[in-house]
Amino acid sequence: MSPTSSVPRPEPAPHPAPVPPAPAGPGRRRTAGGLLDPRQLAASLPDAVRKLDPRVMVKSPVMFVVEVGSVLTTALAIADPGWFAWAVAAWLWLTVLFANLAEAVAEGRGKAQADTLRRARTDITARRLTDGGEQRVPGTALRVGDLVVCEAGDVVPGDGDVVEGVASVDESAVTGESAPVIRESGGDRSAVTGGTRVLSDRIVVRITSRPGETFIDRMIALVEGAARQKTPNEVALNILLASLTIVFLLATVTLQPFAVRAGAEQSTVVLVALLVCLIPTTIGALLSAIGIAGMDRLVQRNVLAMSGRAVEAAGDVSTLLLDKTGTITLGNRQAAGFVPVDGVTARELADAAQLSSLADETPEGRSIVVLAKEAHGLRARREGELGHVAFVPFTAQTRMSGVDVTGPGAAVRRVRKGAASAVDAWVAERGGTVPEDARRAVDAIAAEGGTPLLVAVEDGGGARVLGVVHLKDVVKHGMRERFAELRRMGIRTVMITGDNALTAKAVAEEAGVDDFLAEATPEDKMALIKREQAGGRLVAMTGDGTNDAPALAQADVGVAMNSGTSAAKEAGNMVDLDSDPTKLIEIVEIGKQLLITRGALTTFSLANDMAKYFAIIPAMFAAAYPGLDALNIMRLSSPQSAILSAVIFNALVIVALVPLALKGVRYRPAGADAMLRRNLALYGLGGLLVPFAGIKAVDLLVSLVPGIGS
Amino acid sequence: MSPILAGVLQVSALVAALALVHRPFGDYMATVYTSPRHLRAERWIHRAIGSDPDAEQRWPAYLRAVLAFSAVSTLFLYLLLRLQDRLPLSLGFRAIDPDQAFNTAASFVTNTNWQSYAGESAMGHLAQTGGLAVQNFVSAAVGMSVAVALVRGFARSRTGTLGNFWTDLVRGVVRILLPVSVVAAVVLVAAGAVQNFAAPQEVTTLSGAVQHLPGGAVASQEAIKNLGTNGGGFFNANAAHPFENPNALSNLWEVFLLLVIPFSLPRTFGRMVGSVRQGYAVVAAMAAIWLCAVVAVTALEYAHPGAAAQAAGGAMEGKEARFGEGASSLFAVSTTMTSTGAVDSAHSSYSALGGGVLMLGMMLGEVAPGGTGSGLYGMLVIAVIAVFVAGLMVGRTPEYLGKRIGAAEMKLAAAYILVTPALVLCFTAAAVALPTPPDSTLNPGPHGFSEILYAYTSGANNNGSAFAGLNADTQWFNTTIGLAMLLGRFLPMVFVLALAGSLAGQKPVPDTAGTLHTHKPLFSGLLVGAVLVVAGLTFFPALALGPLAEGLS
Repeated sequence: MSPTSSVPRPEPAPHPAPVPPAPAGPGRRRTAGGLLDPRQLAASLPDAVRKLDPRVMVKSPVMFVVEVGSVLTTALAIADPGWFAWAVAAWLWLTVLFANLAEAVAEGRGKAQADTLRRARTDITARRLTDGGEQRVPGTALRVGDLVVCEAGDVVPGDGDVVEGVASVDESAVTGESAPVIRESGGDRSAVTGGTRVLSDRIVVRITSRPGETFIDRMIALVEGAARQKTPNEVALNILLASLTIVFLLATVTLQPFAVRAGAEQSTVVLVALLVCLIPTTIGALLSAIGIAGMDRLVQRNVLAMSGRAVEAAGDVSTLLLDKTGTITLGNRQAAGFVPVDGVTARELADAAQLSSLADETPEGRSIVVLAKEAHGLRARREGELGHVAFVPFTAQTRMSGVDVTGPGAAVRRVRKGAASAVDAWVAERGGTVPEDARRAVDAIAAEGGTPLLVAVEDGGGARVLGVVHLKDVVKHGMRERFAELRRMGIRTVMITGDNALTAKAVAEEAGVDDFLAEATPEDKMALIKREQAGGRLVAMTGDGTNDAPALAQADVGVAMNSGTSAAKEAGNMVDLDSDPTKLIEIVEIGKQLLITRGALTTFSLANDMAKYFAIIPAMFAAAYPGLDALNIMRLSSPQSAILSAVIFNALVIVALVPLALKGVRYRPAGADAMLRRNLALYGLGGLLVPFAGIKAVDLLVSLVPGIGS
Repeated sequence: MSPILAGVLQVSALVAALALVHRPFGDYMATVYTSPRHLRAERWIHRAIGSDPDAEQRWPAYLRAVLAFSAVSTLFLYLLLRLQDRLPLSLGFRAIDPDQAFNTAASFVTNTNWQSYAGESAMGHLAQTGGLAVQNFVSAAVGMSVAVALVRGFARSRTGTLGNFWTDLVRGVVRILLPVSVVAAVVLVAAGAVQNFAAPQEVTTLSGAVQHLPGGAVASQEAIKNLGTNGGGFFNANAAHPFENPNALSNLWEVFLLLVIPFSLPRTFGRMVGSVRQGYAVVAAMAAIWLCAVVAVTALEYAHPGAAAQAAGGAMEGKEARFGEGASSLFAVSTTMTSTGAVDSAHSSYSALGGGVLMLGMMLGEVAPGGTGSGLYGMLVIAVIAVFVAGLMVGRTPEYLGKRIGAAEMKLAAAYILVTPALVLCFTAAAVALPTPPDSTLNPGPHGFSEILYAYTSGANNNGSAFAGLNADTQWFNTTIGLAMLLGRFLPMVFVLALAGSLAGQKPVPDTAGTLHTHKPLFSGLLVGAVLVVAGLTFFPALALGPLAEGLS
């Protein structure tokens, strides 16, 4: 708080919440990374080839079956060469390769970031404090509890808490944000991260992490996908895909005896081609890329999820706990109106209020100047224009601030603004009285949850009250719409504040949140989370203080601010490097988008099968039963071309959908019914129709190749 | 009246009657399965079998009870058939051969009622009434019990218990199947069906030949045969026999009987989970598929090309003149889609594509509306799969009726949908590939293939209807179809009960605007799509080589 601040604060803000560096609002950032860059593809190719190792492939049952099929057809092509067998074998290998490429590209995007992080970690020399003094040791030799000293220019050797001193630290290596931050002992801004650089002053840090397990190490593992485990929903989906694969395997294997009976024995190459076309290769190929890309989308927004499980849980969240200050409101009270007493015009009041705030550099003071200008066209005057001016700064004793203007003829005009009781006393001292309507205005503003400031003046006409300035919490632009959106998505928002119930209610109503928790203690927060969870709801929250840690650990999605304490960062399952509490909403959307992408591509993949049947079944059996040629509704040129076209389409559709898998399907907040209808139409119906056109198009091209067309 | 108008009126009357009965009957069944009170007769039964009717069972205990009861039933029925010649009321018939006795015991215990014998020339009164008819009641009640257990899995939270199998079984028989069967049998007798315990009558015809007219407790067995979606006929001709199904009215009544429980159970489901609209969504999907199949088969039968068919106004071969194409098609679709398997016409003689639709009706997994109980639990498992994929598309971990569909639930649902396709395809492939089994087929080419495919489809899906033409009374077919029936019945039950246990243990997820709503028409449409995709994609190649190859040539 600046020394000139003249605004009485009824209670301190719950946390000295940092103002988010980026303006938070409904504007959504979209990374353009979904577009495939040829260089990126080329760089990922070696990885994709390496992933052909069956020990790696077996993790994806669907693609493993395709790989086995590729080996089988290749062997058959070698044993009995022919263009058809070779063509099928080649396209099956490509199918597997495309799947691996999708995963490699998704991973590759994290790799670049991991390399930057690695650079920050290497070769740090620590200055460890020992009984006798200081000892230079490599960063890797530090143990939990060691005390190290860092001075301007030093790199912090490991994660820890500042126990002594205050310093400005450049955390750009971790956060990408170049503006330095203040780290000081005690309080909620004591955590420092290994790899960041001290810019000024000297601090002593107590190390809290073992080497190799620092925040940066975990970040590297996360962005590289090394620590990736299948999430619960991914496991469930894999079970469904595996069982569908078994069903189609049975359908294909048993088809041969049926075919023999019909006098239309099929070659193994054709049966493998049918199998690969039927099993859900599209989603099987892209499933892990979707998961990695989902994590990556969080990384792009500077959020680190400690587990994929947390990202999925974010999509399921039905209660959001949001801190009032900094998240819902701008964090400072602002002037919202001038209420003059009888006989004074609003303009006169505004003029006096502006005058008294000219030297007030607090956001509250500035907001009065701005409001006077906007509402009454009063230009902020400079000191020189007014003659001799003496500013009266705010003090805790007077609880007022103002200005004494010595005009022509040595007439002194004193203007004061401040807490109602203080100004009341000031006026009474000078023989004036506070009129009844001013008192009423003060009470009314307080009752609404706002803060009233009395403005008084003493001049030739004696001391008198001009009116009241209404200060209130200003809800961030667009928050109301945002909460309405969340409500449509089925998410309840609860505002958490240290304010009294009256103030909280007013802000809650203005912001449009569903509920609020006033005068909240950490215990209250914890109880609220447990209550919500007992009702089967998943809860997400943000926090930065040590006293938030239990609640962060209890919440299903706990986003710790990077500016917070290491206890909070340990407890949460995500860390927001930008320390922007509004981002919780985006995190929920990313979680939902991840699940929707999986569902949409599964639906698409299954719907594709219909067209493939219509291509392959007549190709297999029209010779034995000419009637079945009626099923060849695409009029494909020849049986071999039909089968090959289905296989080629099946491979190409994977490539075509890689950008969608990486970027995620378009997500617009909407109710479940509307969303389902839209996605069903797009991916269900689309998945049914697209392959008919696609296979026909491929067939037209394939039949141009000499010797293949009929 | 034109035959088409007659057909439309029959279907409309049937739909109206089902719509009328579905609510009170479904509600009544919900009361039966949730009421805390036991009837005195039920207490006696529980005392006799030594069960505690109020003891709650977790899923393994419930499953053990189902399997133990069914195993004992199979053994009992097997012995009854093997020892027929030494027991009273045998009418002088000999003991049934081991393979056929196994097949028949498996068939009736699994609610399949596949018959590789001719009732009037193999089974005495004791076997028919004391063995087969008893299984008609209890096997249907077992199916309903398992369905109710799954519904409890959805309705209950934070508990592992699913109710008590013995209570559900006894109540299903005593309070639902018995009373309705009595009414149904009286109506059938009034319509002209036979009901006696007399020895066969000797009749001298005009031409002087002596005919042997067997009677028996036909009407009563006919009632439960349809009500319990069993399908095992008293006579070899099944419901085409005039003693079983004398006229058009009795025909319509029988179709109503075999549809009434499967179409009412979704209402029971809706009641028990506390939202009747959830039940409506399920029943709408079932009805849509059933109605489409009725229209398709009827149209295909009327449109059958060929001189004889044109002269008769449709494909009348293998159909009773007293029913005609419309009523026969209605019966055929209803019986194949309810896992009943009773027939009033020869399915083999349907047009190739019409017969294909009947086969597809079974391949869909008997869910539209399916057998007593098995139809509901089959449809709910499909719903779990549909919810999983659709739920992802609304951006949440999928949930159905407030229960999350995670890896454990998915594993069980996936295993469930694997069972019958695996049985049908593997057994058919083996039968086709081995040297001797194909000798049983009557026809060459695709139609002969359809005969075999139909037999295993009917067995594994516990339908029991036969395509005719196939001589199934061989060691190979008796044994493999018997296995297909047992595995096709009890493996899915294992997965269903395990799924029920897993669901019942969860805590419910509250309904929000972000929840996929499963009580809306969109979801019914999705269910229809899932049913068609799951079965259609699996069986398309096989169908192409059977009915499609025959019908499109």
